[in-house]
Amino acid sequence: MSLSPDEVRHVARLARLSLTDDEVEALAPQLSEILGYADRVGEVAAEDVEPTTHPFALTDVDRLDERRPSLERAELLAGAPQVEQNRFAVPRIVSEEG
Amino acid sequence: MSEGLLPAGWELVVGLEVHVELQTTTKMWCGCSTDFGDEPNTNVCPVCAGLPGALPVPNRQAVEDATLLGLSLNGQVAPRCRFHRKNYFYPDLAKNYQISQYDVPLIHDGHLDVEVAVGTDDGTGDRYETRRIRIERLHMEEDTGKSLHVGETGRLHGADRSLIDYNRCGIPLLEVVSRPDIHDPATAQAYLRELQSIVRATGVSDARMEEGSIRCDANVSVRRTGDELGTRTEIKNLNSVRSLGRAVSYEAQRQVAVLEDGGTIRMETRHWDESTGVTEILRVKESVTDYRYFPDPDLVEILSPAERVEAIRTRVPELPAAARARLDAAGVPREAAVTVVAGGSLPVYDEAVAAGADPAGVANWLTGDVAGQLTAAEVTLEESGLTGAHLAELLALIDDGTLSNKLGKQVLTAMVERRGTDGPARIADDLGLKQVSDEGELRGIVEDVVAGNPDTVADIRGGNQKAIGALVGQVMKATKGQADPRKTNELLRELISG
Repeated sequence: MSLSPDEVRHVARLARLSLTDDEVEALAPQLSEILGYADRVGEVAAEDVEPTTHPFALTDVDRLDERRPSLERAELLAGAPQVEQNRFAVPRIVSEEG
Repeated sequence: MSEGLLPAGWELVVGLEVHVELQTTTKMWCGCSTDFGDEPNTNVCPVCAGLPGALPVPNRQAVEDATLLGLSLNGQVAPRCRFHRKNYFYPDLAKNYQISQYDVPLIHDGHLDVEVAVGTDDGTGDRYETRRIRIERLHMEEDTGKSLHVGETGRLHGADRSLIDYNRCGIPLLEVVSRPDIHDPATAQAYLRELQSIVRATGVSDARMEEGSIRCDANVSVRRTGDELGTRTEIKNLNSVRSLGRAVSYEAQRQVAVLEDGGTIRMETRHWDESTGVTEILRVKESVTDYRYFPDPDLVEILSPAERVEAIRTRVPELPAAARARLDAAGVPREAAVTVVAGGSLPVYDEAVAAGADPAGVANWLTGDVAGQLTAAEVTLEESGLTGAHLAELLALIDDGTLSNKLGKQVLTAMVERRGTDGPARIADDLGLKQVSDEGELRGIVEDVVAGNPDTVADIRGGNQKAIGALVGQVMKATKGQADPRKTNELLRELISG
């Protein structure tokens, strides 16, 4: 499994990371190596083994529809870089260009 | 049908994605309250704020409600289903991913039959046609927070910052995805209305578009008749059934104009502007792979064994189509039946009919005077305290002549004002409202009116039958509106012709 520099740029954009060309050149082989490592699982996967996403044999872990206390608002907002009208203030969401 | 919407040779293709907020007490993954309208950021905990290390736990009630709606839409329940992370950056979802379902949704392959009014060939009136819209899937996910855009315009475009309230973030949301089986705006509207009625009948949500507890996005494309499906755009910000119809019509015409001009349609998300009546590009749609869906390792599979599904199936209520058919069989006119069923007054209707009232009469009052009174008093039917038993009693008082129709309406006003604490007989008594139909009493009054208006009487005798209305008015005035109009008319005619 090998990632091209363009694929690295695309994934970086999705993750909102800005990479220099040098970083892209350096990361492409590293990421390819990591993917290759993960691919090794495919070598041992057999038809009779159910695919799973975690190691626990658990299902239906749920809860009743009962209230539990929320955070105090002051405590919640304490971590926000900017607060306005008791809300989290963030830069505008969509640019004029769309 | 919508003849004339598109030039000959073009076909409209629409699929709808409807989001329903479930009315559970707590959120989908945590015990925070779902109450609408609370102070901003007061119903937020580490789970719905997306703080590191917080673990989501599904709300059992939400899963059961979703199953109930799925069964009410003729869907199949997946014996096992799971949750995925849909990854994207948007500040109304603090985790930077939405927990949703991807490859195995809770419900698949349902359908909804809608009745659409179609003109008759001879143009004499409406005929109804039933159309089956297939439902691809219903999947569970979570709602996002609410953004308040501040800046010069207060709107998304031109705002310089957004303020986020996470109270709504994490409220259980059900996405109902239709197949692209809709080919005209009227059917799209009928589908949304019918789905809204079904949601209300199941009680899993109040499905109010204006409060956002039901929301609709439309996937719209056009094609030359017989061609493969065209590229679609997704239309957002549809705030009413009417907006849906207008937006679909606009977008279809826009796409045909672009294509006929030799242009191409891009896969994009567009924003409907209700005031200008156009759709504008919001963003180029990310492709599905860009969302990098993967199974959420914090959550395990949900099982729906047959016995649990069957237990929920017993709770599927009478659905709107069946209720309309029942009212139709009882002699209720179609328009009234549609309004009673969709407007949520069916329980009151049923109670009144059970108490012996005439079905058509009850439906007529509910959709006419009762609806008018509720609007005037700015209350819902529930808030008004009006019961079916009281309504039946009111109709009986009118039926036996104790009250005229007009007095009945006055009594109804007081019934709503008193929020159902008193019945109509008690109110009529309190207000001294009672129709004067006693022959002797009324005859005296009518005689006075005839004697006092010789010119009008002569006019009537000369053949102007309409003038009798003026005399009826005089009798009503003399009795403070309480004279029995039918008897008044009879007596007037008798005295004038005699």
